[in-house]
Amino acid sequence: MNVLELTNIRKSFGSLEVLRGITVTVAKGEVVAIIGPSGSGKSTLLRCATLLETVDEGEINYLGDYVVRTSPEGRVQYSSPADLKRIRRYFGLVFQNFNLFPHYSVIKNVIDPLIHVQKRDKEEAYADARALLSKMGLADKADSYPYQLSGGQQQRVSIVRALAMKPEVLFFDEPTSALDPELTGEVLKVIRSLTEEHMTMVIVTHEMQFAQHVADKVYFMDDGLVVEQGTPDEVFGKPQEERTRRFLERYAPTAP
Amino acid sequence: MSLETIIIQLAVGLLKSIAIFALTLIGSLPLGLFVAFGRMSKWAPLKGLAPAGSGRLRKGLAGFRPLQTLVKLYISLMRGTPLMLQLMVVYFGPYYLFKIPIGQNYRFTAVIIGFVLNYAAYFAEIYRSGIESMPVGQYEAASVLGYSRPQTFFKIILPQVIKRILPSITNEVITLVKDTSLAFAISYSEMFTLARKISSSQSTLVPFVVAGIFYYLFNLIMAYVMERAEKSLGYFR
Repeated sequence: MNVLELTNIRKSFGSLEVLRGITVTVAKGEVVAIIGPSGSGKSTLLRCATLLETVDEGEINYLGDYVVRTSPEGRVQYSSPADLKRIRRYFGLVFQNFNLFPHYSVIKNVIDPLIHVQKRDKEEAYADARALLSKMGLADKADSYPYQLSGGQQQRVSIVRALAMKPEVLFFDEPTSALDPELTGEVLKVIRSLTEEHMTMVIVTHEMQFAQHVADKVYFMDDGLVVEQGTPDEVFGKPQEERTRRFLERYAPTAP
Repeated sequence: MSLETIIIQLAVGLLKSIAIFALTLIGSLPLGLFVAFGRMSKWAPLKGLAPAGSGRLRKGLAGFRPLQTLVKLYISLMRGTPLMLQLMVVYFGPYYLFKIPIGQNYRFTAVIIGFVLNYAAYFAEIYRSGIESMPVGQYEAASVLGYSRPQTFFKIILPQVIKRILPSITNEVITLVKDTSLAFAISYSEMFTLARKISSSQSTLVPFVVAGIFYYLFNLIMAYVMERAEKSLGYFR
């Protein structure tokens, strides 16, 4: 079963075509890595999937629930606000620069949306949040404020915040790009631990080795198109396209 | 007239100054937020007028934002003309413009209306600067987590905005303490009006000195209160 289907997504900013017909499918439990040079449209694709941007054309559905459809005449039709509100619960997003709420403590960052958006029981929300924080090695940071944490800790909190909402699929938008090199490891470790729990994930990343190791499927994007897709072995091991080869030589010189 | 009498009389005036001060803040701080919303409004009812390739006039009309334009004009008038003049317009306007007889009680009401309208314009621009300085990522995180628009504004954005704008608010609050004296323009008997009256009838500067000390103490207290408020928001960055 597919958790997410993005079909023929097109998106322009003014005269700049950022996405030129992208199709990506994500099956339940699958880890999908999206790689490609800066400006290839990876982040825009994620932003379209998470409703932070609207598409100019194409279809998006989560578990068969349509976010947007395009009629044969090319008319783009988004679902009603009520439907979109429901569909938002299917996904979570981890941002490049965390976007924690600075005026909330760590635990409040996690429980506030549970209580005020998902209307869950307060006690239960706190218990869930504390369990998740402990699992991520953040139990002693529950009452800290974001500014008191390192970048790596902040990113782990933002992963907890997204996970606590129990999404069907979790998106990561370059989750380690804003971190000092010595802090990327702890965040990647957390993401890797989620693959063991068969969390469905879509990860936009520049960490090629990481993508190669954790992904079930890799999409290589360039210039608004999916140039190549396949298993990590296929895309990293024996890339078919010249553009993929050139990119991998630049970004992952150690790849076989 | 003894110093004691002067102090007692001015203390009564001070209470009226404090009333102007407090009511102005109670009215203009919330009103300023609404004015800021109007100032940032992107509502353009004629947007549909300009399909691709239409002329300049149509494009101009399509981009017309009536609410924003109106609020901009209001802010520009409030900031561009003296508060004293605005007080006079509010006080005498109803009679001279519409022949509505004005009663004795209207004097204080006019002072409050004038001050609230004026300060709301300044506060609106302060709110706007704070709201527009918020990183877009805060809105995006709230959106992805499913917060509604009012929740996003009141729970996520506004507390951070208040922290950012508090130093500017402090400035306005301190100015307001001194500005209450402008009510003398329509002879409302607050402290400064009284000080002038006593001074000219008794030929002495003492009332002004006493009033000056009262204003200064008032401001010392307000500066302390605002400092405490800033400190109380120091738990986050």
